[in-house]
Amino acid sequence: MLELSDLVCRYGKVTAVKGISLKVGRGQLVALIGTNGAGKTTTLKAISGLLPAAGGKIIFDGQDITNASARKILSLGIAHCPEGRHVFPYMTVAENLEMGRYLRRDWEEIAKDLARIFEQFPRLAERRQQPAGTLSGGEQQMLAIARALMSRPKLIMFDEPSLGLAPNIVELTFDIITGIRDTGTTVLMVEQNALAALEMCDHAYLLESGSLALSGSGRDLVDNPHVRSAYLAG
Amino acid sequence: MSRFLPWLFVALLTSVPLWLNDFYVLHVMITTGIFIIAAMSLNLLLGFTGQLSLGHVAFFGIGAYTSALVSLGFEVHLLPDFTVGLAPKPVWFAMLCAIVVAGLTGYAIGKLSFRVRGAYFVIVSISFAEVVRLVALNWVELTQGPMALNNIPALVLGADAFELSFLRKPAVYLLVLATAVACYVIIARLVNSRAGRAMIALRENESLAMSVGIDVTHYLVVATVVSAGIAGMAGALYTHYIRIVDPDIFLFIYTVTMVIMVITGGKGTLAGPIVGGALFGFVPEALRAMAIEPEVQWIIYGVLMVAVVYFLPRGIVPAIEHYMSGRKRSPAPAASEASQK
Repeated sequence: MLELSDLVCRYGKVTAVKGISLKVGRGQLVALIGTNGAGKTTTLKAISGLLPAAGGKIIFDGQDITNASARKILSLGIAHCPEGRHVFPYMTVAENLEMGRYLRRDWEEIAKDLARIFEQFPRLAERRQQPAGTLSGGEQQMLAIARALMSRPKLIMFDEPSLGLAPNIVELTFDIITGIRDTGTTVLMVEQNALAALEMCDHAYLLESGSLALSGSGRDLVDNPHVRSAYLAG
Repeated sequence: MSRFLPWLFVALLTSVPLWLNDFYVLHVMITTGIFIIAAMSLNLLLGFTGQLSLGHVAFFGIGAYTSALVSLGFEVHLLPDFTVGLAPKPVWFAMLCAIVVAGLTGYAIGKLSFRVRGAYFVIVSISFAEVVRLVALNWVELTQGPMALNNIPALVLGADAFELSFLRKPAVYLLVLATAVACYVIIARLVNSRAGRAMIALRENESLAMSVGIDVTHYLVVATVVSAGIAGMAGALYTHYIRIVDPDIFLFIYTVTMVIMVITGGKGTLAGPIVGGALFGFVPEALRAMAIEPEVQWIIYGVLMVAVVYFLPRGIVPAIEHYMSGRKRSPAPAASEASQK
């Protein structure tokens, strides 16, 4: 469904991503793991069109989307849930969700999706008229996920969904992400919590300083001695 | 109830020429009104898209000069045997030209300068205003340079018996009031629309706005064009009221005055520029009327400004809203801090 070949990204003279090739199959949950500065976030930003690619190709559903506009990429069906659970703090919960479906005009389907989201996240329904900045960290993460779902994506990308959340909320977040995969939406997830990510994913890629170090099923990577010593601490 | 309050306020302002006989006070209200219109246009950029345009007076001045030149007519020799000239046109037409030319300038500036944001945009906008000022100062054949354009005609509508001449202050006052109401409605409609939601989204978090599919640059340019057009209209009103225009209209101090009005009133609120504009339009005159020494007058002005910003950092209107909602419900939220938890 999504295929990167030799993707290169630069910030000025610094090359953050040095030729990554990976594949995300339809309906899969794929995890991208690695330390800080490995190029995970950069890769996601290049896919969603927030950063230009300096080289390589990004193919989505058979279409070349390398360096297409963020708007175009979103309308093709890739939603990006950025790092640090970004919401628009001075907009209400309802307005934030409205921003999520900004490009859609199929009003009946939008209403259905909204109803489904309020059913799935009752807390958001309760607080729909409240400014998003007043929600707790966990609720903001739910809102960010719900907003990404409102674009009705084929592929949804999560950047560090567990960052800065309480342990029980982290678990809940991972359950929601697995649930999204189970309803047929493809998921690409960047995660520092390597063990959790490897346990829930169908396929995983390990990035080390901008290059692909390893790939395989989650099980394979958990059993890999290098991954065990460097990322799973034991 | 509160829906009728603004209209009651407008009705009250409309009745002013009926009972106010002091032409000096009326004059102050007219110039304040013109500055309020300019401040409203700045607020669209500064308050709703979050871009600080410190060259905003350029649009005001371009409107003023365009309207003056079109209504006076001009002839310039661009090349030895190539002349561009324009016969004098009616004032209402000149004012429309002012809006269009200012809007087009806004488009060009928006397209060029929104490749950069934040501090860089501030610098580009200041430089732009300064370049326009230097052109107005040195292109003597067109603008008369420092000699200024004089005898600019006042607005006259209709003819002969039904002639409505805007030479008289009450008529100008009503014209400014009507323009201000129209601009307010235009801005209110814009910020409450889909486009307005997009502008607020990009002010709050630009990369997030991009990631939900908003064409950020497009909406910045739209905001700049509307803002520049309104500022140009304010400039045209000014020119046909004062009836003289010189390059000093581009001075940085006018931009600063607009920024002060927007910030103290409350940027990003519709009523903010009106409250801030009224306060800082009337205060200098009120102090002058109290016959205080000029030096003391400006010290009080400065102290007042610092006090407002210090005690009401988000501006007067948000402070009042906060107070009102605090009395009705539980205190309003301190938004972004909560996201740090």
